[in-house]
Amino acid sequence: MNKFKSFLFTLMIIMTGPGVAAQPVEMADKFRGEGKIYVVVMIALLLLISIFFYLFRIDRKLKKLEENQNSEQ
Amino acid sequence: MEKLSKLIWWKWLTMGILVYVIIGAFLFDVPRLPILNEGIRNLHFHVPMWFGMTLMFLASVIYALKYLRTNDLKYDVYSSELATVGLFFGMIGITTGMIWARFTWGEFWSSDPQQNASAIGLLLYFALFILRGSVQDDQQKARLSSVYNIFAFSILVPLLFILPRLTSSLHPSSGGNPGFNSYDLDSQLRLVFYPAVIGWTFLGFWIASLRIRFTNLSLHEQV
Repeated sequence: MNKFKSFLFTLMIIMTGPGVAAQPVEMADKFRGEGKIYVVVMIALLLLISIFFYLFRIDRKLKKLEENQNSEQ
Repeated sequence: MEKLSKLIWWKWLTMGILVYVIIGAFLFDVPRLPILNEGIRNLHFHVPMWFGMTLMFLASVIYALKYLRTNDLKYDVYSSELATVGLFFGMIGITTGMIWARFTWGEFWSSDPQQNASAIGLLLYFALFILRGSVQDDQQKARLSSVYNIFAFSILVPLLFILPRLTSSLHPSSGGNPGFNSYDLDSQLRLVFYPAVIGWTFLGFWIASLRIRFTNLSLHEQV
């Protein structure tokens, strides 16, 4: 009976936990508010677009090689 | 596959989509979730890698079947290059997952069922390439790896999508729930997530198509 009571008590404490954590969730608000997020976005975009232009370059080079091969046949 | 490789429009579309995805992933609002915090943004990178991998492995096994039906070696080229890029995406997927796990679960690797299943799945496909490397003759190589490809894909699907749902796991989609239970219900995330899956997948197919064209060119050179 005692074990059961203490289990129930523990359960009650745990179940009130989520209610208590109605404290605001920590997010990067200050970081974003200072505009630093735009630096992150610009860097990520720079990387992405550079890689894409490289891929386009490869695509064009392959196309030229293919055309050469086809014309040789 | 040949025709699609030569077209350009979908490649510009891919770039446009991914530019939007990068901007949206960082700038759009996200649900404020405990433990995950801003890390939920990883959703738009980690998950599409796996979607892309699975779709490329699917295309790979389809071409493997086509090879077995026709004995045309060009299908073997498609199949193996798609598997290569698929595996590459899978490695990025598992690595981004490990980084995410470090911050949310406390360790890079917790031998979580989903983590283990994903690692085994990747190992299956690594074995495909070891098999290919061990055979000299082209037709034999193609035949053996096509059969193995079918076997590998058949194991991959239950391994990644069914097994983790049957067990209790830290990873979303476990214990009978579909993936993204509490996250993806958020429509803000969907605005970036769905285009992300499309964009990253298309990127994977584009890279695979470049590899295929390069392989075909070099095979032609030898002849």
